[in-house]
Amino acid sequence: MSKETIPEVNSFVEECVKTHGRFLIPILQDIQSEYNYLSEDSMRIVSEKLDIPLRDVYGVASFYQAFSFTPKGKHIIIVCLGTACHVRGGAAIADALSRELNIKPGETSQDSMFTLETVNCLGCCAIGPIVVMDGEYHGQMNASKAVKLVQSIKKRCSDG
Amino acid sequence: MPKVTIDGIGFDAPKGWTVLEAARFLGITIPTLCYHEGLSIWGGCRLCIVEIGAGGKTKLVTSCSYPVEEGLVVKTATQRVIHARKVILELLIAQCPTSKKLQDLAAKMGLGRVRFKPKWEKCIYCGLCVRMCEEQMMASAIGSVNRGNKLKITTPFDKTSEACRRCGGCMYICPACTVRCEGPSPENVLCGRCENSMQPTCLDVYDHYTCWMGLKGDCGTCVQEDLDKKCEAKDKEEAK
Amino acid sequence: MVKLKSGEQLDKYCEDILKKARKVPMIAISSGTCGQARGSLKLIEAFQDAVKEIKGEVEIKITGCHGFCEAEPNVIVFPDEIFYRNLKPENAKKIVQATLKGEVVSEFVHKEGGKDFVYLRDIPFYKKQMRIVLGHNPKIDPVNIEDYIAFGGYNSLAKALHRRPEEIIDEIKRSGIRGRGGAGFPTGRKWEIAGSQKGDVKYFICNADEGDPGAYMDRSLLEGNPHLVMEGMIIGAYATGATEGWIYVRNEYPLAVKHVTMAIEKATELGLLGDNILGSGYNFRIKIVRGAGAFVCGEETALIRSIEGKRGESRQRPPFPAVKGLFGKPTNINNVETLANIPKIIEKGSLWFSGIGTETSKGTKIFSLVGKAKNTGLVEVPMGITINEIVHDIGGGSPDGKAIKAIQSGGPSGGCIPRELFDLPVDYESLANAGAIMGSGGMIVMDEGTCMVDIARYFTNFLREESCGKCVPCREGTQRMFEILEDISAGKAQEESIEILEELGSVMKDTSLCGLGQTSSNPVRSTLRYFKEEYLAHIKKKECPAGVCKEFIRFSIDPQKCIGCGLCLKNCPQGAITGELKKPHSILPKQCIKCGICMDVCKFNAVFKKV
Repeated sequence: MSKETIPEVNSFVEECVKTHGRFLIPILQDIQSEYNYLSEDSMRIVSEKLDIPLRDVYGVASFYQAFSFTPKGKHIIIVCLGTACHVRGGAAIADALSRELNIKPGETSQDSMFTLETVNCLGCCAIGPIVVMDGEYHGQMNASKAVKLVQSIKKRCSDG
Repeated sequence: MPKVTIDGIGFDAPKGWTVLEAARFLGITIPTLCYHEGLSIWGGCRLCIVEIGAGGKTKLVTSCSYPVEEGLVVKTATQRVIHARKVILELLIAQCPTSKKLQDLAAKMGLGRVRFKPKWEKCIYCGLCVRMCEEQMMASAIGSVNRGNKLKITTPFDKTSEACRRCGGCMYICPACTVRCEGPSPENVLCGRCENSMQPTCLDVYDHYTCWMGLKGDCGTCVQEDLDKKCEAKDKEEAK
Repeated sequence: MVKLKSGEQLDKYCEDILKKARKVPMIAISSGTCGQARGSLKLIEAFQDAVKEIKGEVEIKITGCHGFCEAEPNVIVFPDEIFYRNLKPENAKKIVQATLKGEVVSEFVHKEGGKDFVYLRDIPFYKKQMRIVLGHNPKIDPVNIEDYIAFGGYNSLAKALHRRPEEIIDEIKRSGIRGRGGAGFPTGRKWEIAGSQKGDVKYFICNADEGDPGAYMDRSLLEGNPHLVMEGMIIGAYATGATEGWIYVRNEYPLAVKHVTMAIEKATELGLLGDNILGSGYNFRIKIVRGAGAFVCGEETALIRSIEGKRGESRQRPPFPAVKGLFGKPTNINNVETLANIPKIIEKGSLWFSGIGTETSKGTKIFSLVGKAKNTGLVEVPMGITINEIVHDIGGGSPDGKAIKAIQSGGPSGGCIPRELFDLPVDYESLANAGAIMGSGGMIVMDEGTCMVDIARYFTNFLREESCGKCVPCREGTQRMFEILEDISAGKAQEESIEILEELGSVMKDTSLCGLGQTSSNPVRSTLRYFKEEYLAHIKKKECPAGVCKEFIRFSIDPQKCIGCGLCLKNCPQGAITGELKKPHSILPKQCIKCGICMDVCKFNAVFKKV
């Protein structure tokens, strides 16, 4: 992850504009990927470099679920809430993780360790319900297995 | 010049006109909310819907955005249209009961009840302020943020905007905050005290409003005789 | 790499590939996203190690999804097509050795109804399918263009470039193929309109924003056989006179994005894409653009706005995208599966294609059969097959004995079809008349344990979050419908709620701006049509017959089955379970939040739901 000083963000955004031209969404996707969120500064710089109103950058960024305005946590947990996963009990998993981490879906825990997200379908319906932990897919989960998975990561982190 | 037929009136409309422009030219009233002549077309409030097509294949489209085309048949006030407009208005009033414009429209259309819990919001997301700010005032200081049930209209980051010149254009054009209605009755959130109107009875007998008075909201009498005759005939049938 | 400058050079290239091919048994390992989610990467390593150790030759091929997702990770051994399922890395050695000897390892074959099914063609899941689009997935390494060419890939493109565009459009029209993305608009007619537009810039977009929860056939095609989709796209672009192409892929499909990116590179290197394709003088480039997490961007006008860098709000039509689309230019948009059918239609002709399916719905359709069925996965069947055949013959029926109640077809824009109507043939019109839609092909099986009010609530919740928010009926309508359904689910609704739902639903259908809004009331309307008694049970009797809605169920422990191990007590997040070790435990109803964790962990089936 790059540093976040204004000159550094400035040169990063310049590179993005060179790569993508005037296409706003790929530029925002690269910034989100690099910094784990879209800061106010980065959006102001994009608005300046593309010469479009700040309102447009902010309005677009807030529309799409892929962008977040606060930094994500160290571990990202995604619970699939697609129909097949729902029919197999997906909602209970999201509730259980919400309780375990004390945050609502879309939020990051106070210690910035975990971000809980829900997604509307990952396309792995046959092996649902699915939980993705840091990019690793876990199939046929239930509420208790999901909680244990999170607890094992918490333990691993505190053990060092 | 494409020939269109609106409420039975044939008209050679100039190419590029919308159905709304053609209807207004003919003196036909169609309620609007998010439409404004000086601003681009939004088509979001859906109040200006009309029924187009003929036979079994008709559909509802927004007259503010539908272009005139050769052979187009339009009906501006059928049962289907009026019913849909009422439900949409019901949803809008439940959102923002304090808008005088909405309350007046409700009274005019004879909306009798609102079945949804009022949200008491100040905004109806018609987008007039956004377009005013961008197109007339050239500032683009405010815009739509988020989507769906989380939609709101605000400045970037909810902070004071450098692009905003405090011109007041957004307040001027807003149908919700320009004049506030102070009188919605608690039970059904409707007021109706500014506009006194009788509910037209055309639609009880006919498929669509039969005269221009229907949409002005003070009619019903010419149809009463017909209605009485129909009820008499029905009673006679049942007595047999 | 030398660019191919003609169909003849392509033929020669193909011949050379076939000559080089090793005539040895091949083990194809299914490794799409769902295979990887079940551990296929470790399995691949194990197979590669096993092959290194043996004396003899066996080829390992890493392919995309084989379709039988319930059986992941699985492999198919060629040439006989022996199917081994649910494998672990330690099984690799045994299979490699058996393959060398020409033997079968019966412990890993598919077993159903007490019988062993060794060969893919006999397995009930595959038997009734007609895999003309998905058929090559198990034999192709998606990152190797030569595999695709070896099976005649890009031959249809070569043929098409020698024909006039109008001829191709005519062929597609005669085939009767209809859009596979949901609306079912005749593809030939769409191309005809696009082809007739004049302009020196025309766009051709492949819509891979597969947003329907439960549908993933497009993902499987792009991951497993990207060149098939691209070939269809280039043919379509040529036929409609397009100058630039875009593939709009969902953000949530990273593997698909990777494979398509590689496919574009390889095809361009070989002269099958880019300038002067196969020496024909036709130029066409394809760019990839990723979605950013918005279901509404599957709708054409919203998709276009998304590429333009705007909020994904739909706009009114006319003007249609074919006339005025991306950046104001004529734009044609087709779904992934539609395009994947094109090369075969050009190869075998429209007469062949129109011979499959029904009068109004030609060809095959890929369904993602998921939910409460034994054999779940991607199923490609001829149009006109009955729902019964799909759910029972192919899907194997219920996995746990609970009676199947209905299927949901077409995602959030679709509706449910009760089991009484399972004899319906699957085609656009029959499904629409029954109150559902074909949609992109998501088919979700539901059983007695599924509450239809909960399903309606689930879809309505999805739609109110995904609505772009521009028009009142969709934005406010989905929100109010959701509130009413929540009330019904929680026992707070009156009987007039049903009337309000029906009225609101019909206005949303009539007046919403785009397809999302117009179909957003379908889940509610179709569940009301067939399962009104469930709604009434929630409202009048304050009961949830399926045992799902929390307000109406109580978790309880059966003292006959409980041995007092204490596992539930330990795992309860609310401390709502009491009991002494080795004595039957009990749940305190006031503290219980009905999360179901006790039921998950109990090894003795002692926890049950009281309805």
